[in-house]
Amino acid sequence: MRKLKLVMVGNGMAGVRTLEELRKIAPDMYDITVFGAEPHPNYNRILLSPVLAGEMTIQDIILNDLQWYADNGITLHLGARVTEIDRRNRSVIATDRKGGTITVDYDRLLMATGSTPFMPPFPGRDLPGVISYRDIKDTDEMIAAAATYPHAVVIGAGLLGLEAANGLALRGMKVTVVHNSEWIMERQLDRTAGKMLQAELEKKGMRFRMNAQTAELVAGASGRVAAVKFKDGESIPADLVCVAAGIRPNVELAEKAGIHCNRGIVVNDTLQTYDPRIYAVGECANHRGTAYGLVAPLFEQAKVCANHLAEMGISRYQGSVTSTKLKVTGIDVFSAGDFSGSDGAEDIVLHDPGLGIYKRIVLKDDKLVGAVLYGDTKDGAWYFQLLKDEQDISDIRDHLVFGNAHLGDVGHKGGNVAASMPDSAEICGCNGVCKGTIVKAIQEHGLFSLEDVRRHTKASSSCGSCTGLVEQILASTVGGAYQPADSNNRAVCGCTDLSHGEVRKAIREHKLLSVADAQRHLGWRTPNGCATCRPALNYYCLSTWPHEATDDPQSRFINERAHANIQKDGSYSVVPRMWGGLTTPAELRAIADAAEKYKVPTVKVTGGQRIDLLGVKKEDLPGIWSDLAKAGMVSGHAYGKSLRTVKTCVGAEHCRFGTQRAMELGVKLEKMLYGMWSPHKVKLAVSGCPRNCAEAGIKDVGVIGVDSGYEIYIGGNGGIKTEVAQFFAKAKDDDEVMAYSGAFIQLYREEGFYLERTCHYLERVGMEHVRQRVLEDADSRRALHERLLFALQDYTDPWAEICEDPSGGPRKREFETIKVQEREI
Amino acid sequence: MTRWTRICALTDIPSLGSRVVESTGEERIAVFRSSADQVFALRDRCPHKAGPLSQGIVHGTTVTCPLHGWKIRFEDGQVVAPDVGCAKPYPVKVEGGDVFLQI
Repeated sequence: MRKLKLVMVGNGMAGVRTLEELRKIAPDMYDITVFGAEPHPNYNRILLSPVLAGEMTIQDIILNDLQWYADNGITLHLGARVTEIDRRNRSVIATDRKGGTITVDYDRLLMATGSTPFMPPFPGRDLPGVISYRDIKDTDEMIAAAATYPHAVVIGAGLLGLEAANGLALRGMKVTVVHNSEWIMERQLDRTAGKMLQAELEKKGMRFRMNAQTAELVAGASGRVAAVKFKDGESIPADLVCVAAGIRPNVELAEKAGIHCNRGIVVNDTLQTYDPRIYAVGECANHRGTAYGLVAPLFEQAKVCANHLAEMGISRYQGSVTSTKLKVTGIDVFSAGDFSGSDGAEDIVLHDPGLGIYKRIVLKDDKLVGAVLYGDTKDGAWYFQLLKDEQDISDIRDHLVFGNAHLGDVGHKGGNVAASMPDSAEICGCNGVCKGTIVKAIQEHGLFSLEDVRRHTKASSSCGSCTGLVEQILASTVGGAYQPADSNNRAVCGCTDLSHGEVRKAIREHKLLSVADAQRHLGWRTPNGCATCRPALNYYCLSTWPHEATDDPQSRFINERAHANIQKDGSYSVVPRMWGGLTTPAELRAIADAAEKYKVPTVKVTGGQRIDLLGVKKEDLPGIWSDLAKAGMVSGHAYGKSLRTVKTCVGAEHCRFGTQRAMELGVKLEKMLYGMWSPHKVKLAVSGCPRNCAEAGIKDVGVIGVDSGYEIYIGGNGGIKTEVAQFFAKAKDDDEVMAYSGAFIQLYREEGFYLERTCHYLERVGMEHVRQRVLEDADSRRALHERLLFALQDYTDPWAEICEDPSGGPRKREFETIKVQEREI
Repeated sequence: MTRWTRICALTDIPSLGSRVVESTGEERIAVFRSSADQVFALRDRCPHKAGPLSQGIVHGTTVTCPLHGWKIRFEDGQVVAPDVGCAKPYPVKVEGGDVFLQI
């Protein structure tokens, strides 16, 4: 097949990102030609401010060096300006550095022309020493001017203007910022935060002129700009004038070619212009009335555009919610969403002028719609996540303004401490990754997302408790280019663009009964998925269509295939079930015999009240199971995303304080849930009185006996992030406990995302939703409980199933190794 | 001297699964079967922390190590980037429904 020709006009972050995405999914589909007007390869424009401030160099911010273009077979014309698009003949005409003409044909054209700084039409705008702030050339000019001249004026106190002013001040210039509104950054900050920021910047030596109208820029004797004159007649000295009065999308070329433009090149949800062969991404594009100037939405556009160019056509860009962070060292400002005070919006404000802290969060219909943070922005990412996820915050409203940080431990979503940590500080305790390694990987490989950092450094890829810290390091290293992922709509893995929710829905609606069916129906990109998506798909099919879907052992993690827990040396651990933590002398004898017979090196009592036999060879598993089964024991599923244990105290059966028969209820619950697969492991506990010896407060379902019956708590977790279970319901007897907890667990089984514990599930859907489905609606509760019991009926113990296979069948054979004699010839 | 040795029938290896071969004087060898019934053999030892690759999930012509999720390519035993390392590949072939390994 002939390769199609793709031409890209513009060589900036959004455009090159599109090419990167395209190379990932359709590496051989296009011959690619790129025209870049600047003489540099693609660099991170957002980091020009640290370059100006002297904190980074140009080399540090190059994203794709010339070698990258060569390696990917991309023809790059640097310093070449495209002058015309000939749509009839499908070609672009450009003028190169030496004035020669280049003509290139295209099948698809990608417009990524970016934007130009807006220059207000005051007299003197063309004088030497008057510049905008957009590219490496401007930055170089500012650095040079700062070395020679004393006075700088920055016109415009938006994000870019303030960063320019800060950089120039750090380079020793006396900087005055001129702004035509009442407070600075008026589009990102409210009045209070704007005034606080201004005061802080004034302390750093910057001067401000607010509500000022520039009349003209006045030349000095040398012909270079020397002063800024205002409409009120006053003037101030200026050897350098940096105009940062906003940007305008670059549309001349598109307009000349007759492509519909309206404050940007108008594109649809697949980033196509009115000429469907021509796409546009980045600052030049106007999508649903908005031309984005921040990098995170542009990367989302790049992904969708690449998908469409690759003719996959399954993704759409539907607009972005954006957040802003000012990159001025030592000052923390964050804003997101809408805080203009629309109808029905409510404000929660925390303001401590003494400490220099201001937080304003705006709520509407029990959802977060906007946030402005000044002085303490460590919760910015958390608020932004709540905002993007449109999460119901009514449950946490009373402490919302204090942020999420006070909930943290071991750095989990912890304070904004990452920036001040030394490079040698260990960030990821599981994989031993220190801060310096992460920063280096981000800079060397041009990483932007948490996933990328995980892939390259392994940081936060195991238990995930340092995710918050890694996100902070990303944010402080790449600046505004980092945007936390949308947790609810994240793709399952690299094999698909669909989210867990979308996959679950499709499996239900189209009755997909196996992993292979689901992959086929949902257009998986890889032949058999990967180790991330296969177990999830297998669980979704089985939990949605019990007794109908086909279980695929090869799509399960080894522990669920071998029905034992793999250890670091490749041996396994075996845990027989002890219902409610109860055992008998006969069982203990059988365990002791088996441990001796199979030379088990370690025997340990687990946290879930049973006995673990560690260090069993895989070949010995069927044998040890069969011995344990003879004494009446079954698998404890200590290895699965499944019911683990029901921990109990001795309860009213023996305890002088006990109010309820905890052991009896524990055993009943464990028998009800035996053989249950779930999105993640599920642990229960039953305590006979509020002294709570069974530690029910940190279980997925914790039951505490009181004199009048039971209290049920859900969503507890004793793991990575200790989470106290929330009160759910009161129950008058054992049957009610079984009905309520069974219905809740079934709801979690039907709605939970794979590898999502109940605490995270609850955080996502909200307690109100669970109450509604399980407590308030009795029919719904009964139906849920019945579906649970139906799914679990006729479950056979996996140990017995494998051991008793009379043919010594294939399942059992897989436990054996093949012995080969080496023969000398 | 190396020679081809019959180890089992193709059907003894589950599709997208593996079997372990133990021979005197050699390390344990993992023999994998892809969904397209291709067969591959690697030393059963992940270059990362010696995890048993035979116990991993097989996808395409790659296996994910069960211990820490490293991915190893069957064709050349190389670890998928950005990780670096290699598990020794062994010649293996299928003839008349039987699997032969060169050791």
